[in-house]
Amino acid sequence: MLHLARDAYLQMVGHCLDGLPLEACGLLAGRPAEQRASRCYLTKNVAQSARIYEVDPLGHLTADRDAEARGLELIGVFHSHTHTDAYPSPTDVAQAPDPGWHYVLVSLRDIAPVVRSYRIIDGKIAEEPVVLE
Amino acid sequence: MTVTVRLPTVLRPATGGRATVEASGATVGEVFDDLIRQFPALRDQVLGEDGTLHRHLNVFLNDDDVRYLGKLDAKVNDEDTVTLMPAVAGG
Repeated sequence: MLHLARDAYLQMVGHCLDGLPLEACGLLAGRPAEQRASRCYLTKNVAQSARIYEVDPLGHLTADRDAEARGLELIGVFHSHTHTDAYPSPTDVAQAPDPGWHYVLVSLRDIAPVVRSYRIIDGKIAEEPVVLE
Repeated sequence: MTVTVRLPTVLRPATGGRATVEASGATVGEVFDDLIRQFPALRDQVLGEDGTLHRHLNVFLNDDDVRYLGKLDAKVNDEDTVTLMPAVAGG
């Protein structure tokens, strides 16, 4: 289960909408044991593509340092799918960097954004509920 | 030169759980060689098959991405920090 702070949720969805027509991405931080993302970092997609994303490395470093300074850790990544479902693509699965992370997908296929979260471990996808708080 | 190497969570199993280790060398490449000598399990996660930087790894020398400093040829100084981070990407 991923507990997602409401502010983080709104920033995340806003960032994805702002990124159209390209995929947008960002990082989530929290205390891993709590399974709660309390903070959202809006990073650049250096791939600048409507089909793939890559988190700006310097943005990742900055987010990691800021999270650490706040007593948090990076616990996941979010990115948008501009025309497909909020489900990890084969590319998402192949390139998932950390089996401990939460992988949040934001689908902008329809008028209302759809947000879903997954764990990706050893190539296996397991959806988890998202609880806004 | 002795530098501090900071490792992301996903690489810590290879260092017995350590998030920060010290390594020596005059360049990032030599630091990596020392790192791998200390922790052989890191090799395949930080270097590609051809011995160059692993394509899914980002490396920072202090605040600078080493891909702009000559990658493994980037020179290091005493007390520098080398930060390893996995590339975060997908589609």
